[in-house]
Amino acid sequence: MTDTRQVTETSEPVIEARGLHFRAGASHILRGIDLTVDRGEVVALLGANGSGKSTLVRALVGINTPSAGTVRLLGAPLGTGRRTAAVDWSRIGYVPQRASAGGGIPSTAQEVVASGLLHGRRLRLPRGWRDQVEAALEQVGLADRVRDPVHLLSGGQQQRILIARALVREPDLLVLDEPVAGVDVASQEAFAATMERLVDGGLTVLVVLHELGELEPLVTRAVVLRHGKVVHDGAPPPARHDHDRVGHRHQHPHADDNALGAEARVLDLEVRP
Amino acid sequence: MMLMLTDPFMQRALIAALLVGITAPVVGTYLVQRKLSLLGDGIGHVALTGVALGWLVGAGMGLTPNDALAIPGAVVAAVIGAVLIEVVRRRGRTSGDLALAIMFYGGIAGGVFLIGVAGGSSGNLMQYLFGSISTVTDGDLWLTVVLSLVVLAVGVGLRHALFSVSHDEEFAIASGLPVWALNIIVAVVSALTVTVAMRVVGLLLVSALMIVPVAVAQQVTHAFGRTMFTACVVGVVVCVSGLTITYWYNVSPGATIVVLAIAVYAVVSLVAPFLTRRRPAHDPHPDLPDDVDLPAAATERAVAAAKECR
Repeated sequence: MTDTRQVTETSEPVIEARGLHFRAGASHILRGIDLTVDRGEVVALLGANGSGKSTLVRALVGINTPSAGTVRLLGAPLGTGRRTAAVDWSRIGYVPQRASAGGGIPSTAQEVVASGLLHGRRLRLPRGWRDQVEAALEQVGLADRVRDPVHLLSGGQQQRILIARALVREPDLLVLDEPVAGVDVASQEAFAATMERLVDGGLTVLVVLHELGELEPLVTRAVVLRHGKVVHDGAPPPARHDHDRVGHRHQHPHADDNALGAEARVLDLEVRP
Repeated sequence: MMLMLTDPFMQRALIAALLVGITAPVVGTYLVQRKLSLLGDGIGHVALTGVALGWLVGAGMGLTPNDALAIPGAVVAAVIGAVLIEVVRRRGRTSGDLALAIMFYGGIAGGVFLIGVAGGSSGNLMQYLFGSISTVTDGDLWLTVVLSLVVLAVGVGLRHALFSVSHDEEFAIASGLPVWALNIIVAVVSALTVTVAMRVVGLLLVSALMIVPVAVAQQVTHAFGRTMFTACVVGVVVCVSGLTITYWYNVSPGATIVVLAIAVYAVVSLVAPFLTRRRPAHDPHPDLPDDVDLPAAATERAVAAAKECR
């Protein structure tokens, strides 16, 4: 990123959503969301399963087309079809909640991460892409897995491959959908350390979380969704009572968020020491 | 052998088989990756209507031979059919399967119906259904060469972008890639491949040449790029050797090539387990602490287990 770009765009919010609605058939999932993320912020998007977190971030990166409302990314309007060209996709990295079912053909970590180097109108890999891919895998601690087929890696490792795929283009904005769900504490700590380094380097982050966990010291602001609306936007709220007990560890087995109704209860499985 | 290579009919046939052997697996790799293995079949059926339409128009214009427009007709119909399937797939994913089925039936029925209208019989369609590589003319060959080059330029030149879209379409959208355009490109390239392969193996067996080499390759490799390359090698080998067999024995080239491909698949699936088992075993478990504090005895067992893996 060049200095001039930093200077000219400091005033623009990195993400700006206004009056966002999203309907899927009869269910009204997002009901008027306003969200602004400024440069350098680390914003946590919190809420129970089915509150609309994933739907919101998917709308913010263009996967879900909102029924109403507008999204601006890095100052450019996000539209459908040809109009998405206005957004500078080289500066945005997205990490989906879980690996897609994938294709019918096995592919290596290198091939999957390299696909992160393509964005916007860039349809061919740049020179030196192998080094960039290796550096991204290094950041998530999987440098020795470059040639391994992704489908043979564990769930946590696959998650890290997806993070490397978003990091490989060296984004200014990272949008993550539950990056540490189902990942053990040691890996969560390693992930938090990576994020801290990137945030120090000026990265802006919007991260969907179930609880703040290892990322708590980094998070500058929390947005809480309930029933498709923003019910809190400000300082990270304290965890529910009993969550700050010494040695408390969490694991959240996830059903498919989208399949659960708004009243689906939160599943908390505690592994006590 | 020299006799075969100096025969102009055979020369043209060999070049056509070589081109089809390379192009069909390239496109087939993307189709298998998106779990659309049957798309080639659907397009092939639609192309039959195009062949008949070409006859009808050719007969109406009084052209000789009366199938002069059959291949251009097939190209047009196949492209339209492929784009339609893509449109349906985009609008509602669940109905894509049904659309494909309707296209299968409509394509065959339309072809037989129209050929009757054009004053031909369904017998005239046989050479398109099962291939007629020995009747490849210079004009056909040039069309095959040009279409193959287009398919290869797109399929190989854009392989990383097409991989991205086929592997994880949502991530490709979130990267701002022109996903819709890339999907249409895959559909059009598939249609061109079907019409290229039509003369060699016939519309009913086109899809086999796109899919079976990929199925062979998948058993011996775990990478997308290498799967595509291996599939091309398999495709060329079965196409050229299948055609060579038919020079000496009076059997259908299309059928011979496909039977050969399936035989290769069967042999490789028997042999592949022995090939992969030879690789040295390694410990797949990372040596990381987990989230539970173990009692002393369990910790000892964990250390012992780690040693066993090494």
